[in-house]
Amino acid sequence: MDANVTTQPASVTSPDTKAISIAILAMGGEGGGVLADWLVDLAEHAGYFAQSTSVPGVAQRTGATIYYVELFPETESQRRGRQPVLGLMPVPGEVDVVIASELMEAGRAIQRGLVTPDRTVLIASEHRVYSISERSAMADGRVDSQKLLEASQAAARQFVHGDFARLADEHGSVISASLFGALAARGGLPFTREQFVDAIRRGGVGVESSLAAFEAGYAAASQPAPIKPPPVSSPAASNRTGRLANLITRVTSGFHAASHDVILAGVHRLVDFQDERYAREYLDWLAPIRDADAQHGPGAFLLLTETARYLALWMAYEDAVRVADLKIRRARFERVRREVKARPGQIVRINEFLHPGIEEITDILPAGLSRFLLRTKPLKRLLEKFTSKGRIVETTSLAGFLMLYTLASMRPLRRRSLRFERERRFIQQWLAQLPSLAAEDYALAVEAAECPRLIKGYGETHARGMQSYLAVMSAIPRLRGKPGAAEALRRLREAALKDESGRILEQTLQEVNA
Amino acid sequence: MAERSFKKEVEKLRLGAGQEFHGEGILAVTKALLQSGVSYVAGYQGAPISHLMDVLTDATGILESLGVHFEHSASEATAAATLAASVNYPLRGAITFKSTVGTNVASDALANLASGGVTGGALIIVGEDYGEGSSIMQERSHAFAMKSQMWLLDPRPNLPSIVRTIEEGFALSEASNTPVMLELRIRACHVYGRFMAKDNVRPQFTLKDAMEKPVRDVTRIVLPPASFLHEQEKIQKRWPAAQEFIKARGLNEFVAGGARDFGILLQGGMYNTVIRALELLGLGDIFGNSRVPLYIMNVTYPLIDEEVKRFCIGKRAVLVIEEGQPDFIEQNLNTILRRADIQTRLHGKDLLPMAGEYTAPVIMKGILQFVRNYAPHLLEGHSLPGVLQPAAQKPVPVQKVEGEVHPRPPSFCTGCPERPIFTAMKLVERELGQHHVSCDIGCHLFSILPPFNLGATTMGYGLGWAGAAAFNTSESQKRTISIMGDGGFWHNGLTSGVGNAVFNKNDGVLVIIDNAYTAATGGQDILSSQADNRNRTTKLSIAEAVRGVGVKWVRTVTRTYDVARMRDLLKEALTTAEKGPKVIVAQSECTLNRQRRVKPLMKKLAEQGKRVVRERFGVDADMCTGDHSCIRLSGCPSLTIQPNPDPLRKDPVATVLDSCVGCGLCGEVAHAAVLCPSFYRADVVTNPSWWDRSKNSFARPVIAFLQHRLDKRLVENAA
Repeated sequence: MDANVTTQPASVTSPDTKAISIAILAMGGEGGGVLADWLVDLAEHAGYFAQSTSVPGVAQRTGATIYYVELFPETESQRRGRQPVLGLMPVPGEVDVVIASELMEAGRAIQRGLVTPDRTVLIASEHRVYSISERSAMADGRVDSQKLLEASQAAARQFVHGDFARLADEHGSVISASLFGALAARGGLPFTREQFVDAIRRGGVGVESSLAAFEAGYAAASQPAPIKPPPVSSPAASNRTGRLANLITRVTSGFHAASHDVILAGVHRLVDFQDERYAREYLDWLAPIRDADAQHGPGAFLLLTETARYLALWMAYEDAVRVADLKIRRARFERVRREVKARPGQIVRINEFLHPGIEEITDILPAGLSRFLLRTKPLKRLLEKFTSKGRIVETTSLAGFLMLYTLASMRPLRRRSLRFERERRFIQQWLAQLPSLAAEDYALAVEAAECPRLIKGYGETHARGMQSYLAVMSAIPRLRGKPGAAEALRRLREAALKDESGRILEQTLQEVNA
Repeated sequence: MAERSFKKEVEKLRLGAGQEFHGEGILAVTKALLQSGVSYVAGYQGAPISHLMDVLTDATGILESLGVHFEHSASEATAAATLAASVNYPLRGAITFKSTVGTNVASDALANLASGGVTGGALIIVGEDYGEGSSIMQERSHAFAMKSQMWLLDPRPNLPSIVRTIEEGFALSEASNTPVMLELRIRACHVYGRFMAKDNVRPQFTLKDAMEKPVRDVTRIVLPPASFLHEQEKIQKRWPAAQEFIKARGLNEFVAGGARDFGILLQGGMYNTVIRALELLGLGDIFGNSRVPLYIMNVTYPLIDEEVKRFCIGKRAVLVIEEGQPDFIEQNLNTILRRADIQTRLHGKDLLPMAGEYTAPVIMKGILQFVRNYAPHLLEGHSLPGVLQPAAQKPVPVQKVEGEVHPRPPSFCTGCPERPIFTAMKLVERELGQHHVSCDIGCHLFSILPPFNLGATTMGYGLGWAGAAAFNTSESQKRTISIMGDGGFWHNGLTSGVGNAVFNKNDGVLVIIDNAYTAATGGQDILSSQADNRNRTTKLSIAEAVRGVGVKWVRTVTRTYDVARMRDLLKEALTTAEKGPKVIVAQSECTLNRQRRVKPLMKKLAEQGKRVVRERFGVDADMCTGDHSCIRLSGCPSLTIQPNPDPLRKDPVATVLDSCVGCGLCGEVAHAAVLCPSFYRADVVTNPSWWDRSKNSFARPVIAFLQHRLDKRLVENAA
């Protein structure tokens, strides 16, 4: 340290003598620190000055955080007889490598100006760790991954991407290891692959799994991959010769191809939910919509498709019978074992958290009986007492399974239930207005067809959704014939999904009605 | 025991002369203390100096061998008062805490200490929590140094400078009989680097010597007339002594940069960023060479008048780079220049922003404008760095990601026992309406963020209940809810909150969150920790302490995940006819610490062939309708969304990640909030017992038979 020494008038070295600058954007607890440590260790063993720093603070509790590393060759420093002064924070436009542990974090690096096309290699994992606003939205609050990928491609000198989280998971390791592999392959750092590997070995924790994930990351990054368009989910191809052949033929010959995927999925859902007869009714109900669409629509059959989607979902409403039916299936047992990563020899007990309210019970009983129960005070009180507490049912136990099996067997009774009656009434009210709406204002009809998207969930959630749905639909008579009616209805629907209290919807309703 | 272990790193503290130390800034600070012959260290944990406390905790053996006493102080005030040991004795002592919050708490003791002055070197290491990554109000520690006349060191943020400054800081303190503050910014605390070590020094005069041969000097005590004497002493003796020492030891640095008629003065802590800015402007290089003269103030209080004058005389203008506001240094420089009638123009906050962190682009812009005004030719032939180039609009990729990048606020960890408390409060809110909620400092403050959005104010550590003191009127039947963590409770909340509420007959409700650690600062032990701690007294009851100061209505929940009980207790506290303060102690161990403890244990048991049950939650995607109520009542990082596997549905479904620790909240919420049946809990039994296996083999055939029957219908339907 040259204390109080007045250094001689400086001959300043060329600005090309620069430190290597690496920024790691990660979320707290993701191992961004481990990655930085490996990098420092690697560089020091390779004869570099390495400086790293971070601003963890409370960010370590799941917040976004940056680790920043600068490297400088010791030989160069010896030649000049002075130690380098390394930076403590990335400067926009001056970063050689940005590593993002997740796709939105890559977006954040771009937003902060750290990724520039003249200089930066951007290494990012394509997987998503959803933000709290994405997760807590009442419908679909996800951001557009495609946009983030395209922006990354455009922003970086080189964009190295892959699902590094999955690669790490497959090798029983954490994402820092697979990203370190990608860095070794494509980061352009002046170190050999062996030097990277040695750094992991010296780290000494979980070496074998880290190395496996490192190799996987290295291999994935070595093969430049184009940005793929998002996969389009389509229902499994239907067998046209089986028991449902008639129904399937009815769909394929009677409806426009653009709607086939959705209608076929609807048919399968309803057979699964109830029976073939129910699916036939579904197609019967769709026929007038199809005709209206053919007559008034532009030929893309959007009205038909969306009506088919929400009609199927509505008809296959969630009642206790349906829940029991889905809970006891073998495929589900297997799926749970997979999800919890159970190994052979381990026993997996599956416990359900059921809280059937009095409505859930009267929903599935024959309508007459239900009305009687609800009218007869002592009986109702008894039922209320019985349903006041949630219960945990172990589906993998004999008693639990038999209980749910019995419940699921009540499927044939469903047609006579109170709930069935009620849903049918609402469905018909909704369907009935669509053809005439289509005739006046096709766009408005499409928006109206999408409104049942608001009805979801169970218990209170369902009641709230239904209330919102009715409130939004109630605006239609006043909107009819007005310019921008479709847009207004869409706004209402979106408002209903903005808060649970319904205040924003109420406000928007006033605005629309004004 | 703290969240992070430094067991391996502390071995570096044993390095001797001629060996090179590699490691984190905060570890280097510890090493520098030992090299300086410190007798005692105390402090209160908090970012960015938590690790300093944790390192010292793990270094007990080394400290003992050097005769160093180390304390986890009850508060920053306690830590500051600890420095009293250096008043009468030639004992070197250091304390540390987060600033400015900790300095606020400590300032009573610091002011008393600074008034009487010290004999042994007294060092106050403050982690300046300012700028990116900070979690507190944006203020400067500088003001505390000025008001009590303690010297403020702000070294260049590299390990050799920091270490030297600590060693010199003790000597400065002794030479001027004044406590010395050392300011370390967040990045400097966490910077990894290297320096040449020296041998550790065992103090010659020890605590034992002091205790067995006590001395006193009434002139060092803040009472009139000594207090008036102290003020005169500060000005007439200590100030000149400090100036002399700082000059003689060359604590501040000059970089000539050619004898130009302008220059830059900077805080030592800004050095690396200023050098980078000069490098990018073509005015300097990576080795710290500069074409602009520099005066680096590693001591930012007091300013050394003589050095300032020497630097400024003959210059047309100088620029001072001073982070934070008010612009104390700039004001001081102006006074020095005016008194000396030096006509050099002083620039500072006119070219640089008054408030906010001085990042490289900010400093670059300031320097660029300064040099453009006084020596534009220096900038010729060098193209401006990208970030300074004027752009008509943002680059396309930046525009493209706008709206696609969300903030990621910190939140409760997976399985955090504090989450269910706020879930319960949300449920109570549905029934009883909103209440005024007064918050405290700690992890529980995350309740103010989505998805809970609970809490109106936070007035400081341990001050949760004090923050609701005014809402104490018989005109309303509605009660307030205050929150306090166990950390804040022992820090001062027991007196300033609970005692105050008892004394003033407050009718409100206090929820004390007892997770057995000061969790937000990194999981250090406190009085009510449940861990066995060889060096500390633990396992004391918060409920008893609360009763001890006179609260009659005290309830304890020993499992916060029991949302229904939590909800009912809160309701009872808010509606009971009983008047007076009501306290709910909500206990469950911090999950980060619990996992660190339990996970290796479970693994070991499983390997030994013992029966181990791992619980994990899951969501049946085919039953989830994508409303995400469950997430809004939880916010757990492991409870997230995934694309809907159902081709008919568009909204993503809830899903539970593998990081789930099976805390049980999802199930409790599904029950208490009557949400939806799509949650399940899977108990994965490793090494099942005889009973597990026989139950299983009894049920399995029947279930398999019935599932086969169900499958038949499904297969036919699919066909």
